[in-house]
Amino acid sequence: MDLSLRQILALVVVSGISIATACGGGGGEPTDDGADGDAPAAAGPIVSPDSAATIAGTVSFEGTAPAAEPIDMSEEPTCAEKHPDGAMRQLVAVADGRLADVYVYVKSGLGERAFPTPSTPVTLDQDGCRYTPHVLAIQVGQPLEIKNSDGILHNINTQPTVNRGFNISQPVVMETSREFAQAEVMIPVKCDVHGWMEAFIGVQSHPYAGVSGADGSFSLADLPPGEYEIEAWHELYGTQSQTVTVGVKETAEVSFTFSSDMAGNHVPLGEPLVLR
Amino acid sequence: MPEPASTFGAGIDSIYYIILWITGAIFVLVETALIVFIIRYRHREGRVAAYTHGSKKAEIVWTVIPFLLVLFIVYASNDIWLEVKRADQDGAAPADALPLRVVAKQFEWNVTYPGPDEQLDTSDDFVKRNQLHVPIGRAVRIDLESEDVIHSFFLPDFRVKQDAVPGMTIPVWFEATRTGEFPMACAELCGLGHYRMRASLTVHEPGDFDRWQAAEIAAGGPPTGDSETDAERAEESDVMSEGEESA
Amino acid sequence: MSTTQLLAPNVTAQHWADPSHPDDRPFIRKYVFSTDHKTIGNQFMFMSLFFLLVGGALAMMIRWQLGWPGQPMPGGGVLPETMAPGGILLPEFYNSLVTMHGTFMIFFAIMPLLVGMFGNWLIPLHVGASDMAFPRLNMMSFWSAVPAGFIMLASFVVEGGAAGAGWTAYPPLSAVPEYSGVSTGQQLWCVSLIILGFSSLMGAVNYITTIVNMRAPGMTWLRMPLPIWSLFITAILILLAIPILAGAAIMLLFDQTIGTTFFLPEAGGQPLLWQHLFWYFGHPEVYILILPAMGIASEVIANGSRKPIFGYPAMVGAIVAIAFLGWIVWGHHMFQSGMNPLLGSSFMLSTMIIAVPSAIKVFNWLGTIWRGDIHFHTPMLNALAFVAMFVIGGLSGVFMASTPVDIYIHDTYFIVAHIHYVLFGGSLFAIFAGIYFWFPKFFGRMLSPTLGKIHFALTFVFYNLVFFPMHNLGLGGMMRRIYDPNQYGFLEPLQPMNTFVSVFALALGVSQLVFFFNILWSLWRGEKAPSNPWRSNSLEWGLASPPPHGNFEAMPAVYRGPYEYSYPGRGEDFWPQDEPPDGGAVHAPTGGVPIPEGVPQ
Repeated sequence: MDLSLRQILALVVVSGISIATACGGGGGEPTDDGADGDAPAAAGPIVSPDSAATIAGTVSFEGTAPAAEPIDMSEEPTCAEKHPDGAMRQLVAVADGRLADVYVYVKSGLGERAFPTPSTPVTLDQDGCRYTPHVLAIQVGQPLEIKNSDGILHNINTQPTVNRGFNISQPVVMETSREFAQAEVMIPVKCDVHGWMEAFIGVQSHPYAGVSGADGSFSLADLPPGEYEIEAWHELYGTQSQTVTVGVKETAEVSFTFSSDMAGNHVPLGEPLVLR
Repeated sequence: MPEPASTFGAGIDSIYYIILWITGAIFVLVETALIVFIIRYRHREGRVAAYTHGSKKAEIVWTVIPFLLVLFIVYASNDIWLEVKRADQDGAAPADALPLRVVAKQFEWNVTYPGPDEQLDTSDDFVKRNQLHVPIGRAVRIDLESEDVIHSFFLPDFRVKQDAVPGMTIPVWFEATRTGEFPMACAELCGLGHYRMRASLTVHEPGDFDRWQAAEIAAGGPPTGDSETDAERAEESDVMSEGEESA
Repeated sequence: MSTTQLLAPNVTAQHWADPSHPDDRPFIRKYVFSTDHKTIGNQFMFMSLFFLLVGGALAMMIRWQLGWPGQPMPGGGVLPETMAPGGILLPEFYNSLVTMHGTFMIFFAIMPLLVGMFGNWLIPLHVGASDMAFPRLNMMSFWSAVPAGFIMLASFVVEGGAAGAGWTAYPPLSAVPEYSGVSTGQQLWCVSLIILGFSSLMGAVNYITTIVNMRAPGMTWLRMPLPIWSLFITAILILLAIPILAGAAIMLLFDQTIGTTFFLPEAGGQPLLWQHLFWYFGHPEVYILILPAMGIASEVIANGSRKPIFGYPAMVGAIVAIAFLGWIVWGHHMFQSGMNPLLGSSFMLSTMIIAVPSAIKVFNWLGTIWRGDIHFHTPMLNALAFVAMFVIGGLSGVFMASTPVDIYIHDTYFIVAHIHYVLFGGSLFAIFAGIYFWFPKFFGRMLSPTLGKIHFALTFVFYNLVFFPMHNLGLGGMMRRIYDPNQYGFLEPLQPMNTFVSVFALALGVSQLVFFFNILWSLWRGEKAPSNPWRSNSLEWGLASPPPHGNFEAMPAVYRGPYEYSYPGRGEDFWPQDEPPDGGAVHAPTGGVPIPEGVPQ
């Protein structure tokens, strides 16, 4: 009754099979397949440079913007050093009556066209315990390069309603890449370690989305001619939309105006945005 | 252990040292006996082990002595335990204690100060994130709450540790005996940022504390206590008292 | 006054070994789906040692992070980016490591080694039975533990990673995926433990039935070897405790999946309910993990000292007392939880009293080696280490049992030191002792004593260098389960000690490879084992190594207790339990066993 080689072999084989089954059955790829779901049946024509149109404009602001609030970063010297004049939390970025950080995108009018997924990443930087940019536009499947420039722990807690959320951490200076599988306006991002940090990500299945700059301007270029519904989103003042028609190689001007009495408008997120 | 900075810190430490001496003595005794026996009775040619099944007398001795020792430790521990947790007074802090509220959430401690009127849930309350300020020589009563998961409020220098449980308001009290800045930590695994859920505790001279408070109010710390949160809080505290009963 | 009496049918129906008939079971029945308790014991050994390796590997990663926080781990680059991008372990992965290290070690290594392996190896042989009472149930017990283990292992590769709420899985963190970032992994954790619970229950009913009903004539309760006493009491604990864990795990699973709120305060649930349920299971579980170790250590120490166990009835009484008291002490895990502090006082009292039976056991072990004739074979070295380490683990428990001291050391590394002194220094050293002792019986080959002693020496030294400083880390205020203590200024001075601990933890991990190598090498190349290499008394040593299918050729008869070493006037310093007083052999006729004279009923 020696312990036979076969006995050992049997154990090895059985455990091998079990491992294989467990991995095959219980396992799943941690990342989602990028472009599933709403891929159209027939790809639309690619916009030729001869016909490409542009929709551009500015976002203005009327009334009094809420005053910026100071952020007490004394607990986080690494970040406090990056704000020698004191960090401020400014919900409404207004300069000369122009409103920045407004997400503007083509809401409808593109039909069933499909667009290639860009491989150039969009960067969300965490620097000085702030997100840069505060609002960003990205396409479905496009890599979101999340960067920690502070070297202290940040966690990136996304809270989408349509997409699958993630809550990951970056304990040191590092970069992590993620992507979103579905169009969604907007995905809030927050850091639970630094309660004041927040950002918003707008995801579209097409490239026609942008964020108004410091001068309130935005531009959606390379559009096929046609009639579009354009929507503008602001974290505090809600959304507005306009319909605009643009012809071959034309540039259509669109302007949005937000005003301070719009505060409290419904912000289209899964959860109402908590205002503090 | 850091030097204690609270009124009951020294008491807790003295129990620690009593137990250290008792267990230390037993440790030395037992391990020495073990080593001596191992060397003395190691196998040598011709050695024959004693044939014995035990000794009632010895066994009674080493049953009774540990029993008395542990009863002594229990007796010595219980007084200071009741003082720290005020279990015999339903957890109520000393009457003149300064009331504060600490609400834990992933991964921060929000401290509500009562303001000059020393009443919580009034209009002069203000909130500081990750900063606990207390005056020296005065008891502080903290209503400990949690918004999401279980955290643990840990002040190493003050020998204070209390879990913050969502759905419950748990009273904690201490009285500082030293001024200075002390660490405050989360001691219960609460998620990926657990290791960094830290805050600071500053102990002021009484006058300094008032000055600090006045400066904070002047700087316009965001007020709490709008009607909605009050109502929520009332609702929550109903749930909490039920929770406490079932616990 | 000679009496002849037929035994109960369930005893006579046993299939004894038949030397005239070759063992013709097909391969799969013999080695894979075997109902033979010895094979199942071996299977439990291989499975548990595999998970011991897994748990150990997780511990190495934990220690890497604590020793060199934020540095890329050598070889960590092979891990996916969700765990360790560029080899730097992420905090959420660290939480999974901590959780799964505890889970694997407790539920899939120590518990199946002590209960599954030793229970199966020893119970039928020690009581003189041909097999377990329910051999098929026994087989099912093993084959449900295997999928449970692999489900737990698979949770590492599902989205969100493995459970990360600690092995104690306190809700709401464990119940709400948004709080922990883990959803599927935590559900698999519950499912795996529920399945494992069934496995343990099947084992427990088997053990209890076998021990109560299938003892050979003359094997009275007070002649049972102490491993059997401890496994008997352990099986009762399992039978009562595991359903509580399984029930709580099902409630937690419901909270996670179908929207119940047993443990969630939003809808009137109570997070502390989980803690009460978990620790009402969890403290008996602690004794499930130490009582069999005590039994094994007693067996080996009596053998190594060539002396009867000192105070056998007190040893049995202490096992029973510990098991009973184990049910009324769970609250000492919850002194700082928000439970009514008056309860703390009563739990402190009951917890402290448990020190008394533990002390009795320690003193009786000392009494056993006192005036002995100590042979330092590898099992004995490990058993002595068990005593020495259990003393430290037991004494450090007194600090935590004292409610005011617990305020400071609760949830610090002091607790980590304590649990490892009990579970590693205690249980695992006893497991090593038991494997070195019984391996020859079950595999027919001796383990190399040289490798065994090297393994023992390295383990003992490194073990203490790893876990003793953890007491100091805890007293320095270092919290458990923190990814990087340097984030706190007051913990920064402890970093050199953490690095020290990590260096020796890695050494401790590597030195275990000696043990695994010894097992694999000895399986083929080890010296052939005689039937009784340790000159021991209990029934299995009268059989071939390994014993044949069916164990005994006929019902053995038992004439004395298991620890009759150095009986004066005998030539040998041991006296097998089944050797008749006159030295002649009594053979049982088929169909019924005459009870020989002098065998009490």
